[in-house]
Amino acid sequence: MEVRVEGLTKRYGRVAALEAVSIAFPSGGLTAILGPSGCGKTTLLRSLAGFVPVDGGRVLFGGEDVTRLPPQGRGTAMVFQNYALWPHMTVFDNVAYGLRLKRLPEAEVRARVEKVLHLVEIGHLSGVMDRRPAGLSGGQQQRVALARALVVEPRVLLMDEPLSNLDAKVRQRLRVEVRRLQKAVGITAIYVTHDQEEALAIADTVVLMDAGRVIQTGSPQEIYFRPRSAFAAEFLGVSNQLRGNAETGALAIGTQRLPYTGSVRGPAILIFKASDASLAAADLPSGSGEAALRGTLEEHLFLGAVYRHYVRVEGETVMVDAAEPVDPGPVTIRFPAGKVQVYAAPEAGE
Amino acid sequence: MGQLPLGADHLRRATLRMAGAVLVAFIIFAPLSSLVIWSFTQKWFWPHPFPQEMGLFYWSKVLEGDLLRALQSGFLIAVIVTALTLVLTVPLAYLLARYPVPLKAVILMIFLLPHAFPQLPVFVNSTTLLYRVNLAAKVSGVVLIHMVGALVYAVWTMTAVFKSIPESLEEAAMNLGASRLKTFFTVALPLATPGLIASTLLVFLYSLDEFTGTLLVGSPFVLTLPVYMYRTSVGYELQVASIAALILMLPGIVLLVVLERYMKAEYLSMFGRL
Repeated sequence: MEVRVEGLTKRYGRVAALEAVSIAFPSGGLTAILGPSGCGKTTLLRSLAGFVPVDGGRVLFGGEDVTRLPPQGRGTAMVFQNYALWPHMTVFDNVAYGLRLKRLPEAEVRARVEKVLHLVEIGHLSGVMDRRPAGLSGGQQQRVALARALVVEPRVLLMDEPLSNLDAKVRQRLRVEVRRLQKAVGITAIYVTHDQEEALAIADTVVLMDAGRVIQTGSPQEIYFRPRSAFAAEFLGVSNQLRGNAETGALAIGTQRLPYTGSVRGPAILIFKASDASLAAADLPSGSGEAALRGTLEEHLFLGAVYRHYVRVEGETVMVDAAEPVDPGPVTIRFPAGKVQVYAAPEAGE
Repeated sequence: MGQLPLGADHLRRATLRMAGAVLVAFIIFAPLSSLVIWSFTQKWFWPHPFPQEMGLFYWSKVLEGDLLRALQSGFLIAVIVTALTLVLTVPLAYLLARYPVPLKAVILMIFLLPHAFPQLPVFVNSTTLLYRVNLAAKVSGVVLIHMVGALVYAVWTMTAVFKSIPESLEEAAMNLGASRLKTFFTVALPLATPGLIASTLLVFLYSLDEFTGTLLVGSPFVLTLPVYMYRTSVGYELQVASIAALILMLPGIVLLVVLERYMKAEYLSMFGRL
């Protein structure tokens, strides 16, 4: 079932949490809403669930206008960051809660709870159904919370940073699990996160938000490789920003000039990813099709997979990743054409 | 050989701990011990350090007489006060904890008001008022005056208890289709129960121990244990007063042990966020 929001607006006092947001969430797809904290992504999710009354706009579930419906009437199921399992109930009672509300016969409740617990791969744990949530690990608790949400066969599955309370290893595994489950059930799912890597890994569609507005919508690849603004590029990776001035045919960064053929003119921001650039000795002539900037290498840190080099360029520090460490001193940063993005600088004061 | 110093150290620490426990016990129980001694005293004249004659005379006398009646009516009043307070404050506290109630601070402050002024003028004024509406010297009047004092404990603690339950737990239920009422009874109330028990005990103990208001409003017909104790001690029946004091302490001790089990630190931490 397709979910759509049209012109959704929500204000807290004078702060706009949602500013005329319109998004279509494709049926059966997993859409990640990505953005920094305070960008309105959680408000958006909560307004879909009906917890936040909106000031304007519409929420449509498969054509049905649910904007004025209370949470009870929406048929959504939410997975919370803190799991929100009821500590005074057993795992079984937690998962069975929604089914019992529907007054299903107890035998059917039991069968469906067992089935869903196996679906989230927790049913094999001995005596899991009679345990209290507090007796389970964080990852197991979130699996139970997923089971509780899925067992009622909701119209939409809403997930509010479901993995951010878990440690990195469990998070990576559950990420795969969530995607597998969503595909197996074929449910329309909306997943809020501030973690760009998680959003890219899990989603069919990524919606990037900032300050209550949608900045960009697209597949993970589109968002990652073709960010349409300085904010998007900055948010989607370990990126470097250099301020400069765009002219016809060239981009001036301090005293240095890069070849440039784009359409931006005037104050501009040059953005490149730390992993796209490479380092060369200072006196090496730059190859054709490559842009290069001279700078001073100050230090490098070993991050495990790569060495991260901190290079001072025209008064600003940029990061360059490389497999081998380079010694401090004068260097040339090279980036392949097409891996560098140039955007008009945001207005002053922003 | 290597274990010996460890053993000695252990012994020294155990001794210190024991000494500390004895000191604490002395500070707590020494004043009480005089109550115990007095309750069994039948003859004790100066300059004798200990009673010359001891026995169960006053215990048997007291347990046959007014004390039991005072205990009974005191318990009855405490139970009524507790029940009424619960019925009134559980919904109120839930509303205050969960909804943006206008003038929330003012409402919470109103309950504190009777405690903000000296007790005696407050109760004297209430007494004249209760005489006017013909509630003085009646159990109903005493119940009312107790509730004036008890509501603040109940409202403040219960609001803190409901605040300490993460809202997402209730949202999860409503999200699955539970009505607000169903959510309250299946999620909020069960989770609040330990805190509600603690709060209930506070109210019960307050009512059982309340003296000033009971004396002023209840006299001369409503007799509770504190009032009984006061009357007997001003009549120099020290033995009877001691026995009354000891009996009055019992429910307090029992309930405080229970309270300690149910009271959680996070309730107290919520007070600042009401």
